[in-house]
Amino acid sequence: MSFAAYFTYIVTYLLMTAGLFIVIARGNLIKKLIGLGIFQSSVYLLYIGPAKLIGGTAPVLATGYSVYSNPLPHVLILTAIVVGVATLALGLALVVRIREAYGSIEEDEVLAEDKANTSTTGHA
Amino acid sequence: MSLSNHLPALQVVIPLVSAPIALLIRQRHLAWALMMVVSWLSLAISVLLWLQVSDGSVISYAIGAWPPPWGIEYRVDSLNAFILVLISGTAALVVPFSLHSIEHDMHQQQHYLFHTMFALCLAGLLGITITGDAFNVFVFLEISSLSTYVLIALSRRRQALVASFQYLMMGTIGATLIVVGIGLLYLLTGSLNIADMGTRLSTLPPSRAVYTALAFLSIGLSLKLALFPLHQWLPNAYADAPSAVSAFLAATATKVAIYVLLRFYFDVFGLPRLNEAGILPLLMALAIAAMFVASAIAIAQSDLKGLFAFSSVAQVGYIMLGVGISNDTGLTAALLHIFNHGITKGATFLLLGIVMYAIGSTDLSRLRGIGRLMPLTSAGLLLCGLSLIGIPGTSGFISKWYLVLAALEAGHGWLAFVIVVSSMLAVAYVWKFVEVAYLQEPDAGAHLQRKPVLTMALPTTVLCAATLYFGLDTRFSLGAASAAAKVLLSGVGGVTP
Repeated sequence: MSFAAYFTYIVTYLLMTAGLFIVIARGNLIKKLIGLGIFQSSVYLLYIGPAKLIGGTAPVLATGYSVYSNPLPHVLILTAIVVGVATLALGLALVVRIREAYGSIEEDEVLAEDKANTSTTGHA
Repeated sequence: MSLSNHLPALQVVIPLVSAPIALLIRQRHLAWALMMVVSWLSLAISVLLWLQVSDGSVISYAIGAWPPPWGIEYRVDSLNAFILVLISGTAALVVPFSLHSIEHDMHQQQHYLFHTMFALCLAGLLGITITGDAFNVFVFLEISSLSTYVLIALSRRRQALVASFQYLMMGTIGATLIVVGIGLLYLLTGSLNIADMGTRLSTLPPSRAVYTALAFLSIGLSLKLALFPLHQWLPNAYADAPSAVSAFLAATATKVAIYVLLRFYFDVFGLPRLNEAGILPLLMALAIAAMFVASAIAIAQSDLKGLFAFSSVAQVGYIMLGVGISNDTGLTAALLHIFNHGITKGATFLLLGIVMYAIGSTDLSRLRGIGRLMPLTSAGLLLCGLSLIGIPGTSGFISKWYLVLAALEAGHGWLAFVIVVSSMLAVAYVWKFVEVAYLQEPDAGAHLQRKPVLTMALPTTVLCAATLYFGLDTRFSLGAASAAAKVLLSGVGGVTP
């Protein structure tokens, strides 16, 4: 139960917290997406870390090898990476559209313009 | 093997495959026709599945013939067959509605994209519900979520872009927390099959890791199901999305997340462990807060779409209250309300879609005297409002009645009182509509921009009729809900009825 045994978990939760903090604390939509990317990546580590055995090989039966890494988490995370890429791509596409529509990618400016707009149309 | 053995796979595969086909067709009417066929086929399949499991049996389908728990298992029991019928039934009604409704919501050359995304969203929601594999839940969750973000952003209103982006942020955080929870459970049990996970977990001693997994799953799913105070994404997403999308999401999206929560709570963790963790009182507290706060915010809304979106957050509170009470009647009430609120809110947003189509706005200031301009639509909205309040004769009454019974059965008399008092708030927000629609004169020269067409009126009438019908004849809804509640309570460590 040493520090080394928990190393991947510590890194995972550090990255997770850092990513979530960026998402909440930054107003720039691109920076928010970067935070979201870090947040998602931390989960990859959570799955991959425990699946890797030091000295373990790919699970292919061969003479001389008896320690294998678990391939299942790797495959799961391959799927999660694809999902993560799709999410980021969609997020960035939305930011492009938001910039075209509002001329800004700062959350407070966009929301302020929405507010100003609804208060004028509301009385029309 | 005959085709009927493959119904569980076809349930998901048909809409999933139709998405790229609709994309390749590029012709909006053909894509719509394809979606009509697909959504009604899905409904037929889910009804067939429901009939097969209505005797209490379980269908286990091994994808690629890899036996569970190694392969991905599709598992249909009386709980998720019920949810499948709700999802595909709503889709089968929203697709015909969408033909004309989306004409004014988005550019014509984007219509085939709407149908593509709708197919993906349907496949995702059906997939989440039917799968028996925890990681597969996450994959389908993301398929449905990503397509939902696009569906919202397709709207012509630029606010929809911001709403979609906010939903993307919150939704992705929720989904990621869910994967962390699933990952921790996988590390603990070495299995991804939900049923197998539950059996293995019940043999493990209580540990901090189990509770951490429970916490991650609870918060992630609470984000997805819009449990107060994690509901921030929902009102804008519902209010700014194209009308057909609002209706489909309001009837299904949060309900599916609640289903996943129930599955993990009762089939993986089991009731004894939930009581050990003490999470159910917390859920009840948040549910009660949702019932009051969200209803109060709904009263302050000036746009009907926003008003009914906040009402959705409040109604999720009633469902979660039933989950929190967690006795047989409580879960029956929760599942009944998933169904009854699903059809009521689906009908509400379809009616708002008609208002949007005819008037061009759902802002209360533009709807003065709408009771005279659009008598049938207004009567429908009034009916849905009464169902949201829980007036006897509407479907909303049945679920609230069982919720009150559950509270009394659990010995929480005060809770029954709370449910009745919070319904008064619903009276207040429905009254806002009644006042504008029936007690105010139409503006001079007010007229309809467009007359509602049959493809919109027919599905809406069906859902409104269902709202009324399931308030009078509860054989299907109550029977299915109590059978589903029995499945949940017979889960890990539970009592077999």
